[in-house]
Formats: sequence, structure tokens, C-alpha cells
Amino acid sequence: MSDLLKIADKTYHSRLLVGTGKYQDFAQTRAAIDASGAEIITVAIRRTNIGQNAGEPSLLDYLPPEEFTYLPNTAGCYSADDAVRTLRLARELLDGHKLVKLEVLGDPKTLYPNMIETIAAAKVLVKDGFDVMVYCSDDPIMAKQLEEIGCCAVMPLASLIGSGMGILNPWNLQIIIANANIPVLVDAGVGTASDAAIAMELGCQGILMNTAIAAAGNPVLMASAMKKAVEAGREAYLAGRMPKKLYSASPSSPSAGLIV
Amino acid sequence: MQLIINGKPRDFDSAGFSVAHLVSTLALEGKRLAIECNGEIVPRSQFAEKQLMDGDKLEIVGAVGGG
Repeated sequence: MSDLLKIADKTYHSRLLVGTGKYQDFAQTRAAIDASGAEIITVAIRRTNIGQNAGEPSLLDYLPPEEFTYLPNTAGCYSADDAVRTLRLARELLDGHKLVKLEVLGDPKTLYPNMIETIAAAKVLVKDGFDVMVYCSDDPIMAKQLEEIGCCAVMPLASLIGSGMGILNPWNLQIIIANANIPVLVDAGVGTASDAAIAMELGCQGILMNTAIAAAGNPVLMASAMKKAVEAGREAYLAGRMPKKLYSASPSSPSAGLIV
Repeated sequence: MQLIINGKPRDFDSAGFSVAHLVSTLALEGKRLAIECNGEIVPRSQFAEKQLMDGDKLEIVGAVGGG
């Protein structure tokens, strides 16, 4: 069955997008990403260390941009201007690459997004030709406005970044999904495989996660679990679940032919 | 001359050299990076011609692990 994720006119087999931070080393990063089956991987843009590490391997040596679709992010940005500046540098760094993850944070303690700055940055980036996947609060009106600005995907949080609290407001996510004409991906908050499956069963087009894999006891094994959970959740969504009812007078075994 | 590179002042014996020269001096040749000079991106294609001046503020960035 062909069930591809389409973002900004490009299609992907995997609906699991993963971050590349918080791993022990690059080898573990690579092993976990391979186990996850992810095709899109997020990276951060940071100042290069000058001088002391000329021959040191870099993330790009382990995850060649030819093998993956890079999704540069604006993690750590607290204003629209900083986010736009960061992604323009990312575009130069990645030879004109247009697909980006916009996130503008509002509070260093909770990492909750600042939606006013996010919307301001999204307008500039879309106008500037970027394909913007945008991290946002789970507010259906904000998500719709980001779509109307021209973002190519909205990525509401399931719960706060790095919290592992799972899907805290499935109702809002359902409203966002029902109203959207662009892919809705859950970004942030997934803690374990069942969270990923639940998000996909709600009808999310995909999930972006980092900490749930990187901070697991065995990141490579969790990456594999997440791959299966996303696939399972997607198939369950497509299959359509049976209706819930308090009890059923219809047992699975025949009522006729009993020996009593 | 002095350049401010990634927020830190750095002194150079010579003056008036190009971004390409700076990249080679810092042993960053062949690395995937992006450079901003005084808030403006310097495209890689212009590294050789873009001359640096005393007091220029440079940001040299690369991709690192992140979510």
C-alpha cells in the first residue's frame, strides 16, 4: 500500500521525523536514526568552534546531507528576527535548502512557544521562499493562521519540549487536524511508543521527536519502537477503529451451536 | 587588524584579507559552514572576493545535533 507523507511537494515513506541532539556520541546518533527509519532529521545551527578541533568529526560526517533531508531548526531563538537570521544562515550552509523548522520560544523554563513571534517569523520566511514547518501551540486558531500564511506543515506540541508527558490535549489536536489542509505533525512531548501511536491514531500525518529516543535507556531500541508505533498508529487510523461502547451484546464467538 | 569572530575579538598580523583567507587561516577549509559579516550573509561564492576590514563582526556557523 502506498501511503506517503507529502511535505512541500516532496514525498517520504517514513512519518517519523527525528532530532539529532542529546545522544552520547555521533555513532549512537547514527544508529538510532537508522533504527528509526527517519528520512527527515532536524539539526541546529550554532557557532563553529574555532581553532581547537580542525580534524574532529562533525555531525555531517555521520549523517551526510545526501542521505537525509535536513530540517534546520531555530531552537534557542526567542524572537522572530533571530529565527529568520538563523534560517537564512542555514539556507546558505545547506546550499539553498528551503525546508526548515521554525520554532520561536517564549520562556526558557517551559520552552513554550511564543506564537506572536512565530507568526511574525513565518510571514517573513514564507515571503522569502522558505518551506516552513512550524512548531506551535495546540491552539486551532494559531494553527489555521499559520496555514493561511503559507506554512507547509503545522507542528503543534503534544506536551512541552523534553517533558515526555505524552498527548495532553487530544481534543485540540483533533480540531487542528480536522481544520487543516496541510500536514499536521505532532512535535514535542512524546514520551514512549504508545504516545506516538495515539498521535497517529488521531490522524496526525507524522511525528517529530528527539528526547523520547535520545533519553531512553536504550535509544536505538526505542528508535525501533517508535518506528513501529508510528506505523501501527497510522495503519489503525487508516483502518478506522471500531466504535467504543460500554458493553456489547455481540460476542465474537457464534451464539448458535452451543452444547448447553 | 582585529576581527570579532563568534563574539570573541581576534588579532591578525596582516590586514585587508579575504573571507577565503580567513577560512584557511582558521583551518576551516572544506568544512560545511555559513558566514555572516556585520549581519549580512557572505555567500560561499563570494568568499574569495569579500575583503575584511578592521572591526568586522563575523559569525561562523555550522550544523550540530538538535531537535
